[in-house]
Amino acid sequence: MRRVRIIPTLLLRNNRLIKTARFQNPTYIGDPINAVRIYNEKEVDEIILLDIAATKEERSPDFVAIKAIASEAFMPAGYGGGIGKLDDILRVISSGFEKVILNTAAYYNPGLISEGANAIGSQSIVVSIDVKKNFFGKYRVYVGCGKNNTGEDVVVYAKRMEDAGAGEIILNSINRDGTLTGYDLELISNVSSKIKVPLVVLGGAAKIADFKNAIHHGASAVAAGSMFVYKTSSKGILISYPPQHQLHEELFATL
Amino acid sequence: MLAIVDYGVGNLSSIKNMLDRLGVESTVSCNEKDIVEADKIILPGIGAFDNCIQQLHNSGLIDILSQKILTNRTPLLGICVGMQLLLQKSDEGVSAGLGWIKGVVKKFNFSHESTLRIPHMGWSEIEEGKPSRLLANLPSGARFYFVHSYYVLLQSEGDELASAFYGHNFTAAFERENIMGVQFHPEKSHRFGMQLLSNFVNNY
Repeated sequence: MRRVRIIPTLLLRNNRLIKTARFQNPTYIGDPINAVRIYNEKEVDEIILLDIAATKEERSPDFVAIKAIASEAFMPAGYGGGIGKLDDILRVISSGFEKVILNTAAYYNPGLISEGANAIGSQSIVVSIDVKKNFFGKYRVYVGCGKNNTGEDVVVYAKRMEDAGAGEIILNSINRDGTLTGYDLELISNVSSKIKVPLVVLGGAAKIADFKNAIHHGASAVAAGSMFVYKTSSKGILISYPPQHQLHEELFATL
Repeated sequence: MLAIVDYGVGNLSSIKNMLDRLGVESTVSCNEKDIVEADKIILPGIGAFDNCIQQLHNSGLIDILSQKILTNRTPLLGICVGMQLLLQKSDEGVSAGLGWIKGVVKKFNFSHESTLRIPHMGWSEIEEGKPSRLLANLPSGARFYFVHSYYVLLQSEGDELASAFYGHNFTAAFERENIMGVQFHPEKSHRFGMQLLSNFVNNY
């Protein structure tokens, strides 16, 4: 038996919870504090909170809002969005988060990764990589909320982020976001075989079997958005998380 | 009043936040007076061992902490690296630990074939070694959140309260007289951590 982390991922815009599909068409889901309270009751392993508007609007995190959310989280929590300097990193930590997630800033200013790791430890510095598969089947890194193609090869880039001091990598498939079609397993294999730090995968999960596939392809932890905010049948909104006994039987016992 | 020692390391608001939820009065403080007056002390810690012990020295609180813990026998709970600091030394650095508990801190070291990654980051169930007030009333299947690359190797196995497994068994919690340590983060471990912190507050 092996336990792996299963992580609901919440997207924020103007302090409202939303969900995208392929990084587009945001749908309003609800109030973030309410969602975190429900995830508390469901005893989730960890949560990831991403403000997808902050970088686009060229602003720092909304520290008042995220502190209020963190104070409801009795599980590990990571925050990303709008972090551009060391002071932002320190303030996210003092707002009550264990992990700070860098994405666009890690691309333009990789020095921030090591600066952050030196200040708060590499286990708390996470680099999130948004990836799109192009027509030639190549995986390319995108920044700026999936808008800007950097032309970087994902494996080379992930390795560089690890070398820069990232303690964990989140690999997010833009193609699979919100599609409920399962993880991109080829992408996971490619990256997991080349890095040593924990790899969290995101994008496409719809069921527990998807988690198992991702772990077998080298993921250390699995994250999901739609699966934990929608009923899979009707796409009605339902904040949910599988109960422990089900995870034990269908996942942990098989690993 | 319970004092959470603020020596410039880590996320202290989470510990205070959970104590608030339990209705326990606490203060996050680097103030000598608060430490002197405390009836319970929590020593947190995160990041590198040498950095933590150096920051603790810089805080100027070690003398007063020694007196409180070793002479007055005030109950102390070390969390994560705060637990490791209580030992004599660590593979991670060159600085001596506080040495209040006999033993050392070792690095996880797995073979190249192993798929286990370092740090150990995630939830593990703990196996209780002997009955204790600290781990009393935990439900079966109690699990806790761990983030660490190093683990405590006690000189006296009798001090161990519980172990966890990552590649091999390691000490998850210990207690010797009034000094306790946990490798995991109770403040981020749902109702299991709440029960443990409540035990620390009420059973000592």
